[in-house]
Amino acid sequence: MTAATPLAGYLLVAALLFAIGLTGALVRRNAIMVLIGIELMLNAANLNLIAFWRFGPHPEALTGMMFAIFSIAVAAAEAAVGLGLVISIYRHTNTAELDKIDRMKG
Amino acid sequence: MSPIFYLLAALTLAGGLATVLLKHLVHAALAVTVAFAGLALLFLQLDAQFAGFAQILVYIGAVAILIVFAILLTHGADLPKEGVFSKTWALGLVIAAGVFAVLAWAVLRSVSAIPQQNTMPAVTVHDIGNAFVGRYVLPLEIVGLLLTAATIGAVIVAMHEKERPR
Amino acid sequence: MAANLDQIFILLRNWLVSFLPAALRPAAGVLLGVIAIVCVFPGFFALTTVFERKGLGRIQNRLGPNRVGPFGLFQPIADGIKALTKEDVVPLSANAVVHFLAPLVMVVAVFMEFAVLPMGRNMVLVDMDAGLLFFFAMGAATELSVFMAGWSSRNKYSLLGAMRAVAQMISYEVVLLLSSVAVVMIAGSLSLPKIVAAQDQFTNGFPHWYIFTPWGLAGFLMYAIAATAETNRSPFDLPEGESELVAGYHTEYSGFKFALFFLGEYLAMFSISGLGTTLFLGGWSAPLSVLNFIPSWIWFFGKVMMSIFVFIWLRGTLPRLRQDQLMNFAWKFVLPFTLLNLMVTALWRFMGEGWQRWVVCTVILVAAYVVMGRLEMRREHFGPRSYRYAE
Repeated sequence: MTAATPLAGYLLVAALLFAIGLTGALVRRNAIMVLIGIELMLNAANLNLIAFWRFGPHPEALTGMMFAIFSIAVAAAEAAVGLGLVISIYRHTNTAELDKIDRMKG
Repeated sequence: MSPIFYLLAALTLAGGLATVLLKHLVHAALAVTVAFAGLALLFLQLDAQFAGFAQILVYIGAVAILIVFAILLTHGADLPKEGVFSKTWALGLVIAAGVFAVLAWAVLRSVSAIPQQNTMPAVTVHDIGNAFVGRYVLPLEIVGLLLTAATIGAVIVAMHEKERPR
Repeated sequence: MAANLDQIFILLRNWLVSFLPAALRPAAGVLLGVIAIVCVFPGFFALTTVFERKGLGRIQNRLGPNRVGPFGLFQPIADGIKALTKEDVVPLSANAVVHFLAPLVMVVAVFMEFAVLPMGRNMVLVDMDAGLLFFFAMGAATELSVFMAGWSSRNKYSLLGAMRAVAQMISYEVVLLLSSVAVVMIAGSLSLPKIVAAQDQFTNGFPHWYIFTPWGLAGFLMYAIAATAETNRSPFDLPEGESELVAGYHTEYSGFKFALFFLGEYLAMFSISGLGTTLFLGGWSAPLSVLNFIPSWIWFFGKVMMSIFVFIWLRGTLPRLRQDQLMNFAWKFVLPFTLLNLMVTALWRFMGEGWQRWVVCTVILVAAYVVMGRLEMRREHFGPRSYRYAE
């Protein structure tokens, strides 16, 4: 059942990296670690896109590469805004741990 | 499957694991930089030169530095007393393992259905440029707007508030 | 004969590589190129340290080092022996692994930048299609090593210096990229050998270097400002200013690691001058077509050395800029001017040949420079100067 194609290898690496990123986002207490986990997940998705572009049909249409480049740009924007929010929350509540930021009243 | 692929995959996954497991935040940020570098090298191995260099330039040159700045501004270097893993870490691990199991099963079952092709037409930056202003001009403009909005938004969100007279 | 002298390194490499079986020849060729780069540029670095100290000394009305060897030219040997035999002091509370890796990351990233510079006709180590992007990607990796050095030293001043350096490098990196994009627009390629080939043409004996066009001159000036700031050189050297922050982010480094940082900084200066030469000054091409008998690599290294001389000259002449002045300058003057330069470059391209485009582009750039300069010169209103003396 295991197909030893190169595409399968890249997709498995991407899946494993995605799971590691998800673990980081679910298991750690610091808000910044959650954002780092999200960045890892986005990177795993990019790897998936590039692998499918390389080994799939019609690579000359550049769809996978374009999608990955736009994904990199959007992920950078999202990281900037997310980290700005974490800094703002830290200034307000003097902590960056998600366990402690569980009340709506400031 | 060349040995270089195994090496790069091992590097990337080791970086990812180190990120999640290291207690000190700055060490975790440096480990995620290693993971980004491993991914950039994987992109280069997949003949996606532009994406690989863009990954280095954006992720290692900007996102990693943003992460360490945020860690320093929120005093993340002080370790919390109750440990760095949340109380429900086992559940998180189980969920992530479940997600990986489903993805791996999907990949292994269906990958033989895709027609594999191993020859690549040479992709030049010229083609990418043409695609940007040809077929993908609308996403390009929208991403420009998005980046502008994100820049302004990040500045406003993280700005010091003016002292209001009490 | 002139062509042979021009290609002498290529011929030498081909002759050395011909001793090997055919399968190993490409790899051996690249390896020889790498060895050449690793030997030549640190040699230039040693020469530059002596020239800098003597040059700065002369500008400051004193002799530079003149004890070791004739006119002090063997000073780098003495410096090298000192750096290698000094005790390697690592602070007790420093993060040992990161402290060790920071100079390595910097030097590796900077050496990689040399791989795409065309140092002569056919003399580029790797002719990448996206060579310019690779160069800037390696430059971005340098910033991370600066942060690693400053943070791992567990020293307030190092961390402060590192933060300032990273903020400055990020700000000016945008300017660097945008001024290079103007060149890419006209040359039509991100590949550096192609950019040089586009400038290697002569009309009536005058070269087509991009610096001799209005947008090229403006772009070159912006690039030079950004290059000075990227390599933390005076007048932008607040992060490592000796009278401000001890030594900034490399305070806690001694001996060989400090020498590596020093090497990294000077090599970054070389590579960024090399890129500026390639983009704006015509790379390895001669200024007048009659001078083509002089080998191309002599022109390239000559131009790079001229840029280094200008760096040294700036260091000895201009006072240091404060951090907020530097950031203000970057975001409020240089970046808008570079964006305008990009639009003027597009206008240049689409106006077609003729004298009109020279006039229009020059007028727009000069007017913008004057207007933006006047806007920046509005000063905050200070009150009358008051003094406070110790009681």
